[in-house]
Amino acid sequence: MHGLAHLYIGEEAVAVGVCTALRDDDYITSTHRGHGHCVAKGGNLEAMMAEVMGRVTGHCRGKGGSMHIADMSVGILGANGIVGGGFGIATGAALSAKKRGTDQVSVCFFGDGASNQGIFFETMNFAAIWQLPVIYICENNHYGEFTATEKVTAGTCIADRATPFGIPSEQVDGSDAIAVYEATAKAVQRARKGDGPTLIECDTYRYRGHHVGDPGESYRSKEERDEWLAKDPIKRLREHMMANHLASEAELDAEVREVDSEMQQALEAAKAAPFPPIEEVSHHVYA
Amino acid sequence: MSMPEKEMTFGEAIKEAIAEELRRDPTVFLMGEDVGKAGTVFKVLTGLYDEFGPERIIDTPIAEAGLVGLGVGAALTGMRPIVDVMFGDFITLAMDQIVNQAAKLCYMSGGQASVPITIRTTLGAGRSSAAQHSQSLHAWLAHIPGLKVVIPSTPADAKGLFKSAVRDNNPVIVYEDKMMYTLKGMVPAHDYTIPLGVADIKREGDDVTLIATSSMVHVALQAAQQLAEQNISAEVVDPRTLVPLDKKTLVESVIKTTRAVIIDEGHRGYGITGELASVVYEGAFDYIDAPIVRLGAMDVPIPFSKPLEEVTIPTAKDVVKAVQDMKIR
Repeated sequence: MHGLAHLYIGEEAVAVGVCTALRDDDYITSTHRGHGHCVAKGGNLEAMMAEVMGRVTGHCRGKGGSMHIADMSVGILGANGIVGGGFGIATGAALSAKKRGTDQVSVCFFGDGASNQGIFFETMNFAAIWQLPVIYICENNHYGEFTATEKVTAGTCIADRATPFGIPSEQVDGSDAIAVYEATAKAVQRARKGDGPTLIECDTYRYRGHHVGDPGESYRSKEERDEWLAKDPIKRLREHMMANHLASEAELDAEVREVDSEMQQALEAAKAAPFPPIEEVSHHVYA
Repeated sequence: MSMPEKEMTFGEAIKEAIAEELRRDPTVFLMGEDVGKAGTVFKVLTGLYDEFGPERIIDTPIAEAGLVGLGVGAALTGMRPIVDVMFGDFITLAMDQIVNQAAKLCYMSGGQASVPITIRTTLGAGRSSAAQHSQSLHAWLAHIPGLKVVIPSTPADAKGLFKSAVRDNNPVIVYEDKMMYTLKGMVPAHDYTIPLGVADIKREGDDVTLIATSSMVHVALQAAQQLAEQNISAEVVDPRTLVPLDKKTLVESVIKTTRAVIIDEGHRGYGITGELASVVYEGAFDYIDAPIVRLGAMDVPIPFSKPLEEVTIPTAKDVVKAVQDMKIR
């Protein structure tokens, strides 16, 4: 695989918890760490892998890559290479839903780093004055690239930043898919009813470095990572489901095998797919 | 047979275009700072709020990045917003939304997405408004693939081009010279549009081509009048849109006249005049009898004090002198 990509491993409970509470026709905007959101929102896996590998069969015909995956057919308005790039789009999609009189909601995924961008505050203000159906989901993975969040972020928590705007907010355990789902479901219900925006801060961690090629070890301790690995979101969901008799161990194993094979198939299909023909370089500049 | 026309100002033409598009298409709405009851700082939109109400003429916070960003998101999901950015200088606050988002979403998504947003904003000095309210920054956006840039010079063009901008499925920025809002002109009485990418010959001539944009078209027309008195026949060509650019009309005019002066109100350095000059050189090199002259705003911030401000912008006198220096007769 060539080019820039940012792994989502460790943050799965956020994408899954949030997107499970959404309908196909709801919108999301994603971050540079976007393929987790794409899978969770129901994006086509083959097209996603092909896009990550720059193939013509990708969602974006290979023009976007990992950082710009979009699948308009399921409301994925695009991952974004600009930190905080989704705030305007997601809030605008919420305005559009309101103007068109639908009950769609719009979710803006963003990181702790983006919470220091000015447009975060601009769009929260818009969302609050117009009571827009938008849900801001902060994936606080504690590092903006290689810098610890607390070193560059004032206040004690990002969820608090909604308070002066009169926007309800909460902090949830971002390794707990059920907790994320429940918080989101509540926010979705409010948004659909016309009761306006919500901010949810999810406490989470990326196991890998900032991008593929960054081991992520020089600025983080092994102990810290081990602590997070111990509360791995996938393991926790699995234990929760077994403990509550939602699925047996055998059923879960079968499910894992099925997903693995689906992924493998997507990967093989992507590898076999051609790169875009050179003439496409000039296509799609204009609609 | 001539079609019926009516006289109106540049500002009224813009307002009529917006009103007609609002009536025609329920997905069109307009938002910006003081666009509602106030009718904008230039009073160009007065009355729209009364007809269309607060759902379609929307006052916003003073937050250009958020404002344009919301417009992009709305355009991406089935609406056709017109976003009003009061002064062209304030576009700088929304550059990420325009350059990284609006301009690229269609391309980056492999054609899945389109962003039918119209951004109306201003250019032009001359109001003693100083360096942060007088710039002509249209070259910035013309530089970015994925954007279209419209720069009308007359009421009739403004109306027809604005309507095309709203109907276009791409992000279009319409630059209105704030000194031209009260300029009067004849406008077709019937419903019409002017396609983007078609230049207009505002005056025919044989000796020299004056390629001019926005308010500089009127400077060029004034110069052409003065040159006619000296027996020099100047052709005035108005590209009307910078992107797409009607290269053919520009080049053909210079092939005919063999000389060109290019006048634009943006800064001369790295600006529109440089680009247009190279377009003409590339297309008409073998026919050109004199070096092309470029006139733009001086490469200084626009000053406040009237006598200082006045010397920064090209005048008809500058154009006449440039042509005289070509020693045509």
